[in-house]
Amino acid sequence: MPVPQVVESFAGSVNRVTLGATKDDGGTRNSTVTVGGAKNVVYGGSAEDAGETPVVAMDVLDSKPTDWPDALIEPYKDVIDSPADWAKKCVEEFGAEMICIKFEGIHPDKGDKDADHAVKVTEDVLKAVAVPLVLWGCGNDEKDNQVMPKVSGAAKGEKCLIGAVTEDNYKSLTAIALADGHFLITQAPLDINIAKQVNILASDMGFPLERIVTFQSTGALGYGIEYAYSIQERQRLAALAGDKMMAMPAICDVGYEAWRAKEAKLEDAPGWGGAADRGPMWETATATCLLQAGVDIIRMRHPRAVATVKNFIDQVWKSNS
Amino acid sequence: MALTGLDIFKLLPKTNCKKCGMPTCLAFAMALAQKRAKLDDCPDVSQEAKDKLAAAAAPPMQKVVFGTGDAQVQIGQETVLFRHEEKFHSPTVLGASVSDKLAGDELLDRIKAVNALQFERVGMKIGARAVALVNDSGSAETFAKAAATVKGNSELAMILVTQSTEAMAAAAAQVKDGMPLLANATLETADEMAKIAKANGCPLVASAESIEDLADLSEKIKAAGVENIVLELKSSGLNEKLFDHSRVRALGLRKVFRPLGYPIISFVTEGDADAQAASAISLICKYSGVVIVDMVEPYAFLAMLTAVMNVFTDPQKPVQVEPKVYSIGEPDENSPVMFTTNFSLTYYTVESDVEASRIPSYIIVVDTEGTSVLTAYSGDKLNEKTVADAMAKFGIENMVKHRKLIIPGYVAVMSGKLEEATNWEVMVGPRECSMLPKYLQEVWN
Repeated sequence: MPVPQVVESFAGSVNRVTLGATKDDGGTRNSTVTVGGAKNVVYGGSAEDAGETPVVAMDVLDSKPTDWPDALIEPYKDVIDSPADWAKKCVEEFGAEMICIKFEGIHPDKGDKDADHAVKVTEDVLKAVAVPLVLWGCGNDEKDNQVMPKVSGAAKGEKCLIGAVTEDNYKSLTAIALADGHFLITQAPLDINIAKQVNILASDMGFPLERIVTFQSTGALGYGIEYAYSIQERQRLAALAGDKMMAMPAICDVGYEAWRAKEAKLEDAPGWGGAADRGPMWETATATCLLQAGVDIIRMRHPRAVATVKNFIDQVWKSNS
Repeated sequence: MALTGLDIFKLLPKTNCKKCGMPTCLAFAMALAQKRAKLDDCPDVSQEAKDKLAAAAAPPMQKVVFGTGDAQVQIGQETVLFRHEEKFHSPTVLGASVSDKLAGDELLDRIKAVNALQFERVGMKIGARAVALVNDSGSAETFAKAAATVKGNSELAMILVTQSTEAMAAAAAQVKDGMPLLANATLETADEMAKIAKANGCPLVASAESIEDLADLSEKIKAAGVENIVLELKSSGLNEKLFDHSRVRALGLRKVFRPLGYPIISFVTEGDADAQAASAISLICKYSGVVIVDMVEPYAFLAMLTAVMNVFTDPQKPVQVEPKVYSIGEPDENSPVMFTTNFSLTYYTVESDVEASRIPSYIIVVDTEGTSVLTAYSGDKLNEKTVADAMAKFGIENMVKHRKLIIPGYVAVMSGKLEEATNWEVMVGPRECSMLPKYLQEVWN
């Protein structure tokens, strides 16, 4: 039977962003990562409209984590004291396409480490692995403004993704990221209007929109994922409608959020299955759910979840390229 | 899609007789399109026009029910492609398969394992709602016998999965009073399967490899007298299936293409439990009314069921928790007391961080009509009076000996007034509740 055509004529598309600088490009990375480029909603239209394949960025903490559950520590127990070895393990054993250094330990309440420490971690990781890096502050404005510009400088020319800047704290990091040739993460608290506002603010400082990746904030499965889900769908629709201030690829923080959930970290939960299975499952489920709404870079932690999600992405995105 | 005024005008007598009270048939048609008039106001309209207009007014996606009693499930009647446009209406029915190659205790164990996939989350019961019996044995007699065993040992709505009309007829006759969903009819078996569905009063799955074939098939089944149809796309891979599902949804809802205006069922059989859960979640988000997996792992079901719960939440209505005092761990008369709002997301985040502190505590939930701390404060729903009222109403003073109240850092500004209103000592907690474990350990140990 002939079936009517579903034709959507979208004026816009998601920006294509290539992270990481190789030798030819003035950096030391062996590989680059390109994300974005979608010309339709997820699974809308034809497979060619889907754009680039989403990627997983695996988290490496600058300091030994203090509050990780055993199930999450286990795969990293031999490298947990060394960010460089940790990053190497993620790339070589778990196939990470990107590494996200999360500078948790610089937070005044979580170690209060100084800029020298953060710079050394950045340099060590840059030497240890050759994939593109994400450099992510601790969320304390004052400390991030002290430390992250130096981190940016230590990775100058490597085309890292650095952040996150917010509506209330964007100036110093935006300026230094621009100067050092990095890409910028703009963050909003699950509020699409603020998301647009931060992009406008960064853009007003002369930061090119094509070098921005948005972070809408992430809710884990069972803990507000529906808000993140709908905001990602609306961001994609805004990009397709031609809104240049919303046409950035999206990053989400699945690892941290999923492992905060009771379902992931509770040791003993009769009827819920073993803790060793539950944590990776919660992370997998959070990531796959957000992929349906339209995200481009997923920060993750457990290698088993990473493997399942990468396999899912391969099946769904790569099978037609 | 509703008919336009001009579409309706073409169906009217075009006599401009004014009996409806309007000056012309065109004016009447416009009024009908805007739902300002009823078709009955026109005494001369033909039966054909009545049928066409009634059909256009029908919901674009059919409702289908299967199973009986408390375990009956309902799928379909969706109205949008994106949940923020309105909401998703019928939460995906999740279930697991049971092979008819199993016999005796093995069969019973598998049925029990499916039955046991029940959980409680944020005060709501969620669980597997369907069991799919698969005719792997190839024998009609074995299939019918296993169907009777499933029915005798499970309350869940049943799905009978076989390509064989002989096996389907035998099994459906055995368990028809449970109103199982019959899966499936193909273009080759459509007539025979439709006959079985009709004879037993069961809904039927139409299964085809392409959207075009599926449209043909559903029309064929409908013509044979079966109205309750569920669609299955046997696409070549998960990727193609997800694209096909999106197209079917758009055709059914945006184009009101009736041959595809039915709910979808998906079967996930490939990969380990983790991989199946990932595929299942994508198929839940992308428009499946029913998803059947081939595993019974509780950890995977808890995640899939939570995904259904979240994706099918009404985006217009904030989910709320009951305002009362919640005990975290086993608090006693010396335990800390804090308050937060009844927006479920706020509450469960606070709860999770208080749990992480391993310090038994009381959390008072103030009724702020489902808003977060800052929103409630700005809207004057969270102030010294609402907090003091909640404390009095829930009798917190009888639960602890001390008179210290920890308040969210974001509303530090209300400290003075709150101390006056309650005579409790106010302690300002952190702004972000992720800092609560550290805060509690410092101030309360």
